[in-house]
Amino acid sequence: MSKRRPYVRSMEGWWKKNPYFVEYMIHESTALFVAGYAFVLLVGLIRLGQGEAAWNGWLEAMQSPLSLIFHLVFLVAIAYHTYTWFKIMPITMPPIIVGGKRVGPGVITGSGLLAAVGVSLVMLVLVFWFGG
Amino acid sequence: MTENLKIIEIEVLRYNPESDQEPHLEVYSVPFSDDMSVLQGVQYIKDNFDGSLTFRWSCRMAICGSCGMMINGIPKLSCETFLRDYYPDRIRVEAMAHFPIEKDLVVDLSGFIEKLESIQPYIIPKEPRSLDQGEYIQSPKQFNDYIQFTSCINCTLCYAACPQFGLNPDFIGPGAIALLHRYNMDSRDGAAAERMELVASEEGVFNCSAVGYCSEVCPKHVDPANAVNINKTNAAKDYFLRFLSPKGGAK
Repeated sequence: MSKRRPYVRSMEGWWKKNPYFVEYMIHESTALFVAGYAFVLLVGLIRLGQGEAAWNGWLEAMQSPLSLIFHLVFLVAIAYHTYTWFKIMPITMPPIIVGGKRVGPGVITGSGLLAAVGVSLVMLVLVFWFGG
Repeated sequence: MTENLKIIEIEVLRYNPESDQEPHLEVYSVPFSDDMSVLQGVQYIKDNFDGSLTFRWSCRMAICGSCGMMINGIPKLSCETFLRDYYPDRIRVEAMAHFPIEKDLVVDLSGFIEKLESIQPYIIPKEPRSLDQGEYIQSPKQFNDYIQFTSCINCTLCYAACPQFGLNPDFIGPGAIALLHRYNMDSRDGAAAERMELVASEEGVFNCSAVGYCSEVCPKHVDPANAVNINKTNAAKDYFLRFLSPKGGAK
């Protein structure tokens, strides 16, 4: 008779066992802030559809001190999400060969971040330009 | 002999299936010199304190892939990890995470071996070729497409690093998918469509949530996370493109 009795260890609390996993859970959970902010903007769109008074009410709510604090928190969380998103981008892509050499992960992450900063700046300029 | 040697405490996760209900830690004080690996530390314990301590090892130079262990919670080859880097702290050595423990530091790898078989880790030629047709010609560029993924030594540290494999042991996992990708990328091979069925299956690449730790711990820089994630794209392409051209292995 076999004396084998393989022991299966529990996975409970797995993400607390390694700093790498803790960071993974943090950057994955920042996605909730991205979804949260999309929801805030969606509410704005709905209020816009309900007429001028509703829209002005939403604008006013956006300018309350509590809302400004929320915006700051969202900004930090979404910035971190952006950073980690581009950090893992190299492992999600097929190799890019330029001049016979594979483009390094640092270049891919760097260009992604640069593009994100660039697009954000263009948005800021547009908002100040048309936002009056 | 031990007079001019430093002493390090090694905590080992012990499990004897014949007498233990569950694993427990035991501490040993091991004299060591600066050139001693964790594997040598464990061998010292077996030779001097407890001959029943069970672990796998062979080459002692990071090429056979047998001596993987959790060292202070991190999957590493114990032969290329040095005691001096942990001294004076205590060092904890455990069986590779996410695998069932057979005895002490030995894990049950039969699941991995089955997965390895299932991905057909050999070249399946596009068309039969006779001897007088001569050898296969492959350009350096075609060679570069897959060479990185041939470095895998089946040490399974990537599985010990993959929480998704821990949560779902049926997941084919980083190592086997990296090898699957190695054969798919080989210009001499023609079985990518056959392997696609497995890539896109319940056990396939979509178990991966891009934690990326597998590539971090890989001692041979195979980057299995890259292989898995490229195959997510390949599976998605295969799924949508088959509406345009009905072929491919996905069902």
